[in-house]
Amino acid sequence: MTLFGYPIPILTLITFIPLLGAGVIALTPRDSVRLHRGLAFSFSLIPLILSVWLWLNFDLSRPGFQFVERVVWFPQVNASYYLGVDGLSIMLIFLTALLTPLGVLISFNITEDPRTYFALFLALETGILGVFVSLDLLLFFLFWELGLVPMYFLINNWGAPERRHYAALKFILYTMAGSLGLLLGIQLIWAALGGVQGGTFDLLEVSRRWPALQGTLAGVPMEVVKAIVFWAFVIAFAIKVPVWPFHTWLPDAHTEAPTAGSMILAGILLKLGAYGFLRIVFPLFPAESARFAIALALLATAAIIFGAYAALGQRDFKRLVAYSSVNHMGFVVLGIAVAGYALGNPAIRDHARIAVNGAALQLFAHGLSSAAMFALVGVVYDRTHTRDLEAYGGLWTRMPVYGGILIYCAMASVGLPGLAGFVAEYMVVQGAWPVFTALTALAMLGLLITGAFIMKAIQKVLHGSLNPRWARLPEMSSREILAVAPLMVFMLLTGLWPAWIVPTLDAALRGLFG
Amino acid sequence: METQGTLLPLLVALIPWPPFIAFGLIALFTNRWKRLSHTLAILSVAISFVLSQIVFWTAIRTEHLGEHPIAIRIPWLPVGPRPLEFGVLVDPLGAVMLFMVPLVSLMIFIYSVGYMAGDPHYSRFFALLSLFEAAMLLLVVADNLLMLFIGWEVMGFCSYALIGFWYRKPSAYRAAVKAFMTTRVGDVLMLLGIAYLYAQTGTLNFHDILRNPETLKTLAETPSYVAGLSVAALASLLLFAGTVGKSAQFPLHVWLPDAMEGPTPVSAMIHAATMVSAGVYTTIRMFPLLQAGQHGLGGETAFWVVALIGAFTAFMAATMGVAQNDIKRVLAYSTISQLGYMLAAVGIGAYVAAAFHLITHAFFKALLFLGSGSVIHAVEHGHHHAGHGHGQEEPFDPNDMFNMGGLARRMPVTFWTFVAGGLALAGFPLITAGFWSKDEILGEAFHGAFEKGELLPLLVFLLLAAAAILTGFYTMRQIALTFLGEPRTPAAAHADESPGSMIFPLVFLAFFALFGGFVGVPEGFPGLAALTGGNWFHEFVGGTLLEHPESLPFNPVPVGISSLIALTGLLLGWVVYARRPLAAGEPDPLARLGPLYTFLKNRWYIDDLYHVLFVRPTLWLAERAVAFFMDRVVIDGLLHGIADAVWSMGSALRLFDRVVVNGIGDGIGEAVKAAGRELRTLQTGLVQNYLLVVVLGVLGFIVLYTVAPMLRGF
Repeated sequence: MTLFGYPIPILTLITFIPLLGAGVIALTPRDSVRLHRGLAFSFSLIPLILSVWLWLNFDLSRPGFQFVERVVWFPQVNASYYLGVDGLSIMLIFLTALLTPLGVLISFNITEDPRTYFALFLALETGILGVFVSLDLLLFFLFWELGLVPMYFLINNWGAPERRHYAALKFILYTMAGSLGLLLGIQLIWAALGGVQGGTFDLLEVSRRWPALQGTLAGVPMEVVKAIVFWAFVIAFAIKVPVWPFHTWLPDAHTEAPTAGSMILAGILLKLGAYGFLRIVFPLFPAESARFAIALALLATAAIIFGAYAALGQRDFKRLVAYSSVNHMGFVVLGIAVAGYALGNPAIRDHARIAVNGAALQLFAHGLSSAAMFALVGVVYDRTHTRDLEAYGGLWTRMPVYGGILIYCAMASVGLPGLAGFVAEYMVVQGAWPVFTALTALAMLGLLITGAFIMKAIQKVLHGSLNPRWARLPEMSSREILAVAPLMVFMLLTGLWPAWIVPTLDAALRGLFG
Repeated sequence: METQGTLLPLLVALIPWPPFIAFGLIALFTNRWKRLSHTLAILSVAISFVLSQIVFWTAIRTEHLGEHPIAIRIPWLPVGPRPLEFGVLVDPLGAVMLFMVPLVSLMIFIYSVGYMAGDPHYSRFFALLSLFEAAMLLLVVADNLLMLFIGWEVMGFCSYALIGFWYRKPSAYRAAVKAFMTTRVGDVLMLLGIAYLYAQTGTLNFHDILRNPETLKTLAETPSYVAGLSVAALASLLLFAGTVGKSAQFPLHVWLPDAMEGPTPVSAMIHAATMVSAGVYTTIRMFPLLQAGQHGLGGETAFWVVALIGAFTAFMAATMGVAQNDIKRVLAYSTISQLGYMLAAVGIGAYVAAAFHLITHAFFKALLFLGSGSVIHAVEHGHHHAGHGHGQEEPFDPNDMFNMGGLARRMPVTFWTFVAGGLALAGFPLITAGFWSKDEILGEAFHGAFEKGELLPLLVFLLLAAAAILTGFYTMRQIALTFLGEPRTPAAAHADESPGSMIFPLVFLAFFALFGGFVGVPEGFPGLAALTGGNWFHEFVGGTLLEHPESLPFNPVPVGISSLIALTGLLLGWVVYARRPLAAGEPDPLARLGPLYTFLKNRWYIDDLYHVLFVRPTLWLAERAVAFFMDRVVIDGLLHGIADAVWSMGSALRLFDRVVVNGIGDGIGEAVKAAGRELRTLQTGLVQNYLLVVVLGVLGFIVLYTVAPMLRGF
């Protein structure tokens, strides 16, 4: 696309328009709340429209990255402002751009300093989108960190009053601990590739040169350097996903965050970890990935099973939903583990391709269903000011529309065929079964318990006779319905006709296996 | 594979859509208008019914339908070496299902208009029932396992929602959750079976797997490394696990009796004609895979498992049915028992007999459920008429047969149609459909047991024969307690015949319950075979298989035995309950059996056992072991330990800083300055170092920002 003969930097626009919006909001008067809401919503719609355009104009038949933008950034260290997208990042950009306006919509009831809130919310979007478009490791890291800070403040200042400081600190310290390793790893790669003489942060060039690199770095054998970088990356991304047992920050952060914050956390921020595995770890460390894939599959199975049991054990509605993310992201990790294994075992590539596409589709499906579930938890929390499952009861009588929507989204979460989650989970199970047979069979226990905790949630909230405390509860408002409806449409579309999205993912993921 | 033009397959592909669209329209738009909602729902099923009839009558006139089924497919999941395709397939087995399902469902939809009248969630009921119908039709026309599984699971969801339809009642929502979870045990195993089959063959299409001798042979000869089974046998068993859940077979049978909490049309729809039959249908569908395993590794293990689970369930459920007082629960146990018959038939290789019983059972069991609904409806209204139901009083159970009696005179149509259904269930000779299909199963078992001298058919025959006697007994008990004698409560005395929309389906279904069996009269049956044109059903449905199964010739011995068994059971029931009908307040004569009666009434204590073995440990594991101990105590404990350690280290360093560094610091200040001059050369724009400083700065800022709240928080 060009304008007056100049190419339009579409990825830059998508990435930075939210930040621009944040700036504009920050300049508005403090108490014009309607203006803050309007501006935030409008600015969040622009990336959505642009991302749809991006998807429609993405050429599936061309391998590699498209819409590439490249400008020299720090010539001394050979870092550049290097953007580009493939099918995987397009899907995640779309998901981000879709969830942000919905999150803004759900946040219209924020009363405490909405100006700062919406500005931070939009800044968060820029940080996330930046990660998905970056093809330069340094830039990747910059955006990675940029996303953390607004989220920290969203939890710390707008979270549920009881434990928000603890949750925010746990979130930021845990993720920072991972990030420091990430930074170290990126620097080691740069140094090993030649430092000021030939070192680079260009992800594509690194992927070509790094796996075959021999020799020493400052006297240390390259094998050791590689191992350090590998584990630094793996731990950083594993915390983010989160891979069991690095998951305990998640229930705290998700539960204490404001509703829209939980939507973004579960819907997108978790995906950064999986994205890191697919985008960075696998291309850079095929041999190491294959070697440790079984361990990863084991942790994935643990996440699926223990995540489900932990969710079943909750009394707090939001914590239950938060733990369901641990369970669902376990399927993502299982699919990724199969792909990792296939990097060293070409015989199983056909299975791995199904599994890794399933993992990517699960990112999308879970983005939809978890965001919707958190929005719905928010709806009852706003009305009842409690998250205690035992305190609800019979709400269906007062809120029939809410009840219908909750059951629909809960079924998407449980993986009911016809909705998105099933296709993804089926693909992961299909791909994983021939490779990690016993673990896949074990994971079925988790799938069983998934049903149990979803049933528990529906029953405690909706069923039974109406608790007299809630006799005057108002029905879900149109604004709240509007914030969930688009997600429901995509759940159904993807469940009935996955062919609209899977080829886009496959275009990016089949490249993993050469 | 040839397709017969594209018009007919497209017609088939359309069949599931009308109810699905009706579901969407009712849920989104017509919620408030009850009449419009039920019109939409009934109209949609009527359209599906007409389409299905067109397809059915075309199908039965098609030569070699098994070899060249009505089929079409398109890629659905384009990934991997070969896209997974979705499509439709109508072969002889599918065709007879297409005849039965929309027909019975249409009757149930019409019936629901009268039965559900006045319910506050009337539209929701029709929306869910429509979605359910769409899922069942999808399952029937599906040409592959994954599509079948989609219909299967959506039905499971609708079943959950409809069982718990009266969501305020604790017994209703508990039953709903129980149904969902119990069937899910089977479903997750079935999912593995699907994944297994696809991994081995690269396809899930029925025609590609089941009518391809090479594929079947390979599957039978490949070891699965589990219990010495072949891939074919293990995959069959995993898929069969799904059936065990869905068709409520031992050990997953516990959900179905509780599911009677749902409105009665739901019981007729889900627990007679469609969903539970879908389980058996799937096992019949996958029969060639099961059969292939027979000659491969592991031999007949899979057959044994299927046959014994089926036969044992048939017997066990029949014993439980004897001791129930709830009119619907008796039918629930009889459903479990009859489904066991079908699976036992599959397990001894009687493929066609299983399918035959599946179809006839759908008609007469739907009839019985609807008839019981008519009774309950009438007794409930009678209860109100008799001046109850307004104030506080002791609860009245309109389902309890001991609150009934003498309804034959008050509700003659319901009575006579119920008798027709009951006799069909008991297998009353010659004039009921159930006789012909049950006779075929017993005949096959008899043939295997006494003419070939095999052990498995013998066991099956004995269990099924025992179950058949019990079936006759509890059927007569039910008819007598409900309809004969004098009314035992004022409610029963005031009961009146149900409205026309409920009576019409009863009469319609009664016709099929009586005469539907004539399509499968054995060859050579004196007189009747010539009259009905021989065993059409066997000829037609047998064509589904690669090798047409041989039809057993008429043998008077098993026919005589099965007639005798049915009549014995009915007669026993007559002697105990009908010869001198019970008066009000009189105890059940069966109670004289003492502990045995208690054992049967408490469903062999299996539900209680499961509660202790599975439900309680699962909750303990979830709440105490994982959510609390593993995450809060172990993992978070470790994290907090690290945090505390770092914190102490920081404090120690600060002390060190103040005492040591500051003390010496001034002295070496000059030295640092000198070093600084040297170090300046490092500032070559190493942006990553700057970034590190930035990050650490941010981190420090955050730590500072949160020190105060943290100290307050802990």
